[in-house]
Amino acid sequence: MAYKIIEGCVNCWACLPLCPSEAIREALPHFTIDARACTECEGDFADPQCASICPIEGVILDGLGVPVNPPGSLTGIPPDRWAEIRTQIQAR
Amino acid sequence: MELKVISDAAGTPGGGCASSGCGAGGEKLAHLPEAIRAKINNHPCFSEDAHHHYARMHVAVAPACNIQCHYCNRKYDCSNESRPGVVSEVLTPDQAVKKVIAVAAAIPQMTVLGIAGPGDPLANPQRTLETFRQLSEKAPDIKLCVSTNGLALPGLVDEICKHNIEHVTITINCVDPDVGAKIYPWIFWNNRRVTGRKAAEILIEQQQKGLEMLVARGVLVKVNSVLIPGVNAEHLKEVSRVVKAKGAFLHNVMPLIAEPEHGTFYGLMGQRGPTNDELTALQDACAGDMAMMRHCRQCRADAVGMLGEDRGEEFTLDKIAEQDVDYAAAMARRAEVHAAIEASRAAQRNASSETFVSIASLTRRRPARPEPRPVLMAVATTGGGVINQHFGHAREFLVYEASANDVRFVGHRKVDLYCSGDDTCGDGESVLAKTIRLLDGCEVVLCSRIGYEPWGQLESAGIAPNGEHAMEPIEDAIAAVYREMGEAGLLERSGGTAQRMSA
Ligand code: SF4
Ligand code: SF4
Repeated sequence: MAYKIIEGCVNCWACLPLCPSEAIREALPHFTIDARACTECEGDFADPQCASICPIEGVILDGLGVPVNPPGSLTGIPPDRWAEIRTQIQAR
Repeated sequence: MELKVISDAAGTPGGGCASSGCGAGGEKLAHLPEAIRAKINNHPCFSEDAHHHYARMHVAVAPACNIQCHYCNRKYDCSNESRPGVVSEVLTPDQAVKKVIAVAAAIPQMTVLGIAGPGDPLANPQRTLETFRQLSEKAPDIKLCVSTNGLALPGLVDEICKHNIEHVTITINCVDPDVGAKIYPWIFWNNRRVTGRKAAEILIEQQQKGLEMLVARGVLVKVNSVLIPGVNAEHLKEVSRVVKAKGAFLHNVMPLIAEPEHGTFYGLMGQRGPTNDELTALQDACAGDMAMMRHCRQCRADAVGMLGEDRGEEFTLDKIAEQDVDYAAAMARRAEVHAAIEASRAAQRNASSETFVSIASLTRRRPARPEPRPVLMAVATTGGGVINQHFGHAREFLVYEASANDVRFVGHRKVDLYCSGDDTCGDGESVLAKTIRLLDGCEVVLCSRIGYEPWGQLESAGIAPNGEHAMEPIEDAIAAVYREMGEAGLLERSGGTAQRMSA
């Protein structure tokens, strides 16, 4: 099993130096993970490193193809509360 | 006898800068040791006077970041130090060193090299430190600086201090985790993503520890804060107090820039940035506490653009690759240019102080009249401390306050460029209107030249365009205009302030 970077990655480099398996490649249009090299960080870290620093929601999938950082997870605000939060912020 | 004279001179407070408009000069730095004042004197980021004459450049060698700020979108460069919406080409340390040396040889005014991104330099320690190591060795006349969010700082202080590092900028937006939780959604810490209040707590702790460690090692520390209305506006006074107590020598408050098209959380959510008045009020409040830097351009202050012409084309990677710079020879040339700049700065300072005397005497001649009101004036300049830019080409205006006593620099206002110099000025009209709104509060705008159309529109907005002082030193010209306004009876109106605000 391996993690995967998909479209939406902004090529920010944050993940690349952290990978214990040197599985991440600088590439265009976006960075990629070499599925043969990725170990899902097993034995090295409790959390997959790439997905723990990636700043973009939805662009890293786990071994089952599920986004590790789904919408709302990185801002800390679930999408159904955006309207409410937006009103609060605009009142500042 | 002689000894006494020398010790008197050395002990004169603010002796390094007689100009009152000098944001980080004069008496505000009087409490600092002479060695530190000397460091600041030539630093374009710290000395308001120096930044007319010298420039810094940044190289983008540090792409990664280890925290998320709500005002940042990682598609673009870090907005702590550079304009949002501009993407730097990421260089390897070797490429960066080559580029710096090529620019330094061609543009002697470039005296400071900073690494500020596009991510966090200390989240990319190998790349940042390798660049510094090579430059300390190959170009010892270039000062190095680094900007960081502070998270990785304590662990790297000793490494940083091994190089020719002159100062470190830490962006500190809060000292209270509850405030921080509204600014930072997460950090990457000890190989995990940490969110919420806990994340802010760790970040604040690391920032403060890093600040203390740098000060203990004698490194200059500047603190940047982003003013976010409704989030940390009042709180920044506390930040200012805390960082000063720990030994930061400058606190620079920058306005939040949040537009939906930047794609930042704040931009998308409609978080507003501060008004010019809010920013100035906060800077004033913090200035009582410590030296404030108001001339920060919140941009790259790029040496390649310093001379008012874009020379970036000369320094593309292919062109640099072909160059073989003899840096020893370049260093000798650079030293000559720096000496000439210092001589002209000294001459300008002397000329300026004479002007101030004459303003004061103007008011003394009319003792029956009330104190003339202060006036804000905007200046278009590409550097050199003189008025030398076409109104339509100005990317920013320097705002000064002229009063009976002095001419004081109060800040920068950045504009969208309405004339790109070709004939495709598509939305020129609306950008001019924006520029005029941006100049709100100013009564005069000084520039080298100005077009017919903006002239008329400025006048109807109550701002007097003035192209009569092209190529004159800024402070002298402002003093002269202020004097003319006084002679024309324009400074006596009661309620002048109210009129200024609505202008
Ligand atoms: S999950 Fe771990 S091993 Fe796989 S690519 Fe990401 S960082 Fe590398
Ligand atoms: S951290 Fe995320 S956005 Fe950045 S390069 Fe890696 S996958 Fe792309």
